[in-house]
Amino acid sequence: MISGRAHVFSRAHINTDEIIPARYLTAHDEAELARHAMEDISKEFVSRVRPGDLIVAGEDFGCGSSREHAVWALRGAGVAAVIATTFARIFFRNALNNGFLAVECPGLAEETSDGDEMELDLEGGVVRNHTTGAIREFTPLTPFVNELLEAGGLLSYVARKREAQA
Amino acid sequence: MTIPMTITEKILCAHSGRESVRPGEIVNARIDLIVAHEVTTPPAVNMLAKMGITRVFDPSCIVVTPDHFVPNKDIQTAELTRKLREWVKEQGIENYYELGDHGICHALVPERGHILPGQTAICGDSHTTTLGAFGAFATGVGSTDLAAALATGELWFKVPETMRFNVSGALPPGVYSKDLILYVISMIGVDGARYRAMEYHGSCIDSLSMEARMTICNMAVEAGGKSGIMEADQTTASYVRARTARDFTVYSSDEDAEYSSVFDVDASSLEPIVALPHLPSNGRFIGEVEPVAIDQAYIGSCTNARIEDLREAARIIKGRHVARGVRAIVVPATSAIWRQALKEGLFEIFSEAGCVVSTATCGACLGGHMGVLGRKERCISTTNRNFVGRMGHPEAEVYLASPATVAASAITGCITDPRIFLDHAPDLNAPAPRTEAAAMQKE
Ligand code: SF4
Repeated sequence: MISGRAHVFSRAHINTDEIIPARYLTAHDEAELARHAMEDISKEFVSRVRPGDLIVAGEDFGCGSSREHAVWALRGAGVAAVIATTFARIFFRNALNNGFLAVECPGLAEETSDGDEMELDLEGGVVRNHTTGAIREFTPLTPFVNELLEAGGLLSYVARKREAQA
Repeated sequence: MTIPMTITEKILCAHSGRESVRPGEIVNARIDLIVAHEVTTPPAVNMLAKMGITRVFDPSCIVVTPDHFVPNKDIQTAELTRKLREWVKEQGIENYYELGDHGICHALVPERGHILPGQTAICGDSHTTTLGAFGAFATGVGSTDLAAALATGELWFKVPETMRFNVSGALPPGVYSKDLILYVISMIGVDGARYRAMEYHGSCIDSLSMEARMTICNMAVEAGGKSGIMEADQTTASYVRARTARDFTVYSSDEDAEYSSVFDVDASSLEPIVALPHLPSNGRFIGEVEPVAIDQAYIGSCTNARIEDLREAARIIKGRHVARGVRAIVVPATSAIWRQALKEGLFEIFSEAGCVVSTATCGACLGGHMGVLGRKERCISTTNRNFVGRMGHPEAEVYLASPATVAASAITGCITDPRIFLDHAPDLNAPAPRTEAAAMQKE
C-alpha cells in the first residue's frame, strides 16, 4: 500500500527532457538528479515533493530519450510511484527494471488535483483518492511485471534466475 | 506448419529459440550487438560492479564510442568518457572508436559494418531504431537493460505488434526521406506507434539509399515506436558487403503476417515538411508554415548529418551567404563523413557562406554544447526532437526539417521552401556514390 500526495501533470506527452533536462545528464547520482526533477515544467515540484508522494499523469508519460536518469530523478526526489493514463515504452521499461512502480490508470489525472491524498492499493488493484473519495481500478500488472517488481528490478531478477540455474 | 510472422517476429523468434512468437508474448532474446556511449554506459558499469559482475558476456559483441559531449565539454563529461575508456580497456573491447575516429553511435555503427541484417541490437539510447533500416531488430533501452545485456548477452522483450507502411511513388525534388518520416509522424501522432514496430515497404523505400532509409527508421521513436524496420535488399547487401565479410540472414515478412494496422502513403504527393515547436508530430507542409525569422540553423545529429545530407545542404548554400544575424552550424555525424565532406570541398562551400563546421558530436541536438539556444531563440534543425528545452533554454523554439529546408532557411533568415533554390543547383549527390565505403577497410 502506497500513500502520499498527488502531483498532477495532466498534459499528454511529458517527455524525459522535461523530467530531467539533458543538461544534467552528466550526473547519475539520484540525489543530484533529484534537485532538477521536472524543473522545466514546474519550478516548484522539487520544493513541494515529499517522500512517498505520487505523480499522477496523462497520456504517454516519459516519451523521448531512453535516459534512465528520468526514473532516478523521480525516485531520488522521493516519488513512490507514477500513475499515468499511459506510458511511453522506454520509461515504462526503465521503471520496472528499477523496481519502480509505473501503473496505468486512464482517467485518473482528470479527476485528481495537486495535493490530493492518494492511496495506491496494489493488491486490491485500485487507486483511492481520500480527498475526493473517488476510487478507480488500474490496469492490472502482468505476471512478468509482478515478478520483476517483486525481485526489486531486472538486475536482481537476473541474479535470482542465475542462482536458480546454478 | 509454422504461423505467418513479420520480420520483427521472425528475428525475435530466432533469437529466443522458439518455434514461433506472437505479439504481446515476453521473450528472452539473444543480443548480437550492444552499442555503448558515455552517457548511459557508466551507470550500467556501476550496476555491474555492484552486482559483482567483473566480465562482460562477450566483448566482441560490443561497439563503443563517446558521442554526446565530445570533445569533452566540461569536467563532468570528461569524467564520463574517462570511465568509459577505462572500462573498455579493462574488458578488452576492441571496437572502441576514439576521438578522430569517433561518431554519433547510430551513424558510426552501420558505417563501420557492425550491424547486419537479421541481428538483434540494443543501445542505451532511444535512436537505436536507426539500425532497423538494415532489416535488424534494434531498439533503445535504459542503463539497467544495458547492464543486464552486458552481463548475460540476453534481454527480455515484449514482442511488439507491427504497423505496416506501404510507401509508393517517388519523392519529388526538394522532398526527402526526412519529410516522409515527419509526414508519417504527423499522421499517426507522437504515440501513434507506441510499443509497436514500424515496418516499411514499397517502391519509394526500395529506391532510397541506406542513408535515407536510416533517417526514417531513426525517428520511429518520435512516434513512440519500439523499432523501425525495413527488409534487407540489394541496396542493403551492397552497403554491408562493402564493410564486412561476416555472414548474415535476411528475414522477410510472410505475406499473410498480421499487422495491427496498414497505412498507404503516396510519396509523390508530399512537399517539404516542417515540424513546429514543441512536438515532432506538429508537421506542416511548408506552404502552411509562417516564414518566421530564425536565430540558428543546425545541420547535424544521427537523423540527418550523413554525407548525402551535407551534399544536399551544400548544393543550396553554394555561392550564397547565410543571412545576417543567423548562426549556421554544420556537424557531420561521424569522423569518416567529416573527412569525406572535406575531400569533396563541402566545408569550403559552408565556410565561405558563413557557416561554422564542427567535429562529429551530438552537441546541440540535446542542448549539450556547440550551439545551445538562449531564451526565446528560434532554431530550425535537422535533428529529431523539438521538445521544450531540448536544444537549450526552455523558452527556445525548435523547428524540425530536412537538411535542404534548413539550408534554405539559413540563407534567407526565415523558414523557407528549399525548392526555390533547387531549380538551377547542380545535384551533388548525382555522380556515382563517392562515400568512403570503398576506401574504408574492413574491420
Ligand atoms: S544526435 Fe541527438 S538524437 Fe542522435 S544520439 Fe545524439 S543526442 Fe540522441
